[in-house]
Amino acid sequence: MTSVANSTGGAGALPTPSVSPRKSVTGTRLWVAVLFLLPAFVLLGALVVYPIGYSVWRSLYDADGSGFVGLKNYGDIFSNDATLTAVRNTAIWVAVAPALVTALGLIFAVMTERVRWGTAFKLIVFMPMAISMLAAGIIFRLVYEQDPHLGAANAVAKSIHDTFVSSSVYPGARPNETATDLKPSGGGAFTTTGTVHAGTPALLPLVGIAPNRLPGTPENARAASGSGVTGTVWLDFKLGGGGTKGKVDPGEKALKGVKVEAVKGGKVVASAKSGADGTFTLPAKADGARLRLPASNFSAPYNGIDWLGPTLVTPAIIGAYVWMWAGFAMVLIAAGLAGVDRNLLEAARVDGANEWQVFRRVTVPLLAPVLVVVLITLMINVMKIFDLVYIIAPQPSQDDANVLALQLFLSSFGGGGNEGVGSAIGVILLLLVLPVMFVNIRRLRKERQR
Amino acid sequence: MTALDTTVRAKRSVATRVASGAAGGVMRIFLILVALFWLVPTFGLLVSSFRDPTDIATSGWWKVFTAPSQLTARSYQSLLEKDAITHALFNTIWITVPATLLVVILGAMAGYAFAWMDFKGRDWWFLVVVALLVVPVQVALIPLADLFGRIGIFGDIIGVVLFHVGFGLPFAIFLLRNFFAEIPRELLEAARLDGAGETRLFLTVVMPLGAPAIASLGIFQFLWVWNDMLVALVFSNAESQPLTVALQQQVRQFGNNIDVLAPGAFISMVIPLVVFFAFQRQFVSGVMAGAVK
Repeated sequence: MTSVANSTGGAGALPTPSVSPRKSVTGTRLWVAVLFLLPAFVLLGALVVYPIGYSVWRSLYDADGSGFVGLKNYGDIFSNDATLTAVRNTAIWVAVAPALVTALGLIFAVMTERVRWGTAFKLIVFMPMAISMLAAGIIFRLVYEQDPHLGAANAVAKSIHDTFVSSSVYPGARPNETATDLKPSGGGAFTTTGTVHAGTPALLPLVGIAPNRLPGTPENARAASGSGVTGTVWLDFKLGGGGTKGKVDPGEKALKGVKVEAVKGGKVVASAKSGADGTFTLPAKADGARLRLPASNFSAPYNGIDWLGPTLVTPAIIGAYVWMWAGFAMVLIAAGLAGVDRNLLEAARVDGANEWQVFRRVTVPLLAPVLVVVLITLMINVMKIFDLVYIIAPQPSQDDANVLALQLFLSSFGGGGNEGVGSAIGVILLLLVLPVMFVNIRRLRKERQR
Repeated sequence: MTALDTTVRAKRSVATRVASGAAGGVMRIFLILVALFWLVPTFGLLVSSFRDPTDIATSGWWKVFTAPSQLTARSYQSLLEKDAITHALFNTIWITVPATLLVVILGAMAGYAFAWMDFKGRDWWFLVVVALLVVPVQVALIPLADLFGRIGIFGDIIGVVLFHVGFGLPFAIFLLRNFFAEIPRELLEAARLDGAGETRLFLTVVMPLGAPAIASLGIFQFLWVWNDMLVALVFSNAESQPLTVALQQQVRQFGNNIDVLAPGAFISMVIPLVVFFAFQRQFVSGVMAGAVK
């Protein structure tokens, strides 16, 4: 259990080899060295070096490789709509995801130092690093399912929404217009043309929902009685037919929880909700008012957020990426944190700094080198993001979620049939990591000279 | 540290301690929420993989808390009866095992040569290896698809293996050379005095002493290849495709195929998770050092 906590951070983007030039112990003959190196170098040459050259050359030719087009493929990438979206999205990824992951990793690393179960926490957050992007993609496809009954994200969104905005109980219900004076009064509400009077219970029959689709287990409706301003809201429909339209027949179901407003001269003077048996009672001042069933009773239910729609698909996938990689940043930063001199933090506290100031002014500056390594490693990683986008973005939003690596695949293997543009994208990806390559080489040579 | 700690703490006022206690409580709650947030997505898919397709289509996985009788292993059963899936699982193994072994063996040989053999231009050759560390796999997809097509191994398992070996080698050589270089010179010289040649030295001294690094590398490479989808997507065909590619084809109809995808994803996750929990130390150091890929 302790290894996640204790492991000292490795090299990340900028490996620091400990190099001291060594002489052979055996006085190796050249052919022995060649024998040891040859297999690896033949494979590296054929599988890594040759492809780089081929890609550069191929990127200068047209779709089927017969005509030389110069830099036209590179120009196309920045003028064609599909590839331009990919460029833009990759830029968003590189700008947002590494910073987000590093910030979270920093927060987690600092916080887990102070709780006893920090190691268990680290284990949980680090675990997604072990699984494939495909599996992570499937996990998040399920999380982001549109239907709030299926996708956890929208289930949460809906329950939060419904806490603040009361949800309608009977979407799609409407009055049985032949049997009642309830008429549409604009905006989805229904209002009676006549008025209600004490002692004469109002009948508000609705249809449009199948009895077996009513929520819960509805009771049978009861015709309201008594001397007050009362009435009944019920489903004026019986499975198998029968009964009189506009009358509360035995076996017809009550509609519980329907809001009824008493309106006089365009103003709501009172309101009530129907009970379990469909009846409602309004105060005496509602006498002579018209009854209105407001639209909130019938509006379509809140259906959650369209996570994988065109606008939110990239942020949604970045969310899945953060879930996968926050553990990586956390463990690297925690290893850096373990090397920070505690006396410095304690000295700042003694000087009267609060925890936030200690974090902001002492911890973060001391960790800066580690943070930079994490950030750069993640940037390299994010430039090449493919699997998560390919899996999570549904077909209709794929174009909106497009990134360079995905566009390369689509251009060359996914039916695009243009290996010229594909190669150009490959070369661009290579150019983007060149600075890191040079930093690595310079590091190594510096170590050598020591 | 503790002695200093207590004296400093004692100086802090009661008010500060109460405040920091409250902050600690908030922090604990925050961390618990985060942990839940990290567990719930995976847990949701796990539960879904143990439900009937009809149940999955009509209600969320959290329904099992009120209806535990919904849990069934039927999806796994029918999945493992599908030849395409079991075949793909075996392909994953046939790709991963050789790709890992080759990278470890060839990487160790080259790493040893770079660490302990004297030859002209050694440092320059090693710089080439370091330069190749960050080359993105994407740059080789099109060239190697053409090359493999010409020599007739496009679509074969061997093509997928070769690709992974090529892109696994720079990191393997880099990691092992640095580790081997730390081996005390005296050990090698002692073996040399006993009359060991380069090969014996490599097999009986360097490889056993390098075991920790070889384990980290092996685990990292194994998981890298096991979890790969992109390379296999390009270089395998219906006959040679690994599990990731077979599952990926079902994603397009996500809602209808969740009874295949959920258990399939878990079958593909079992090995990585076992490796993760069994070899945490090596896993973490491998991921840390190799994330540059």
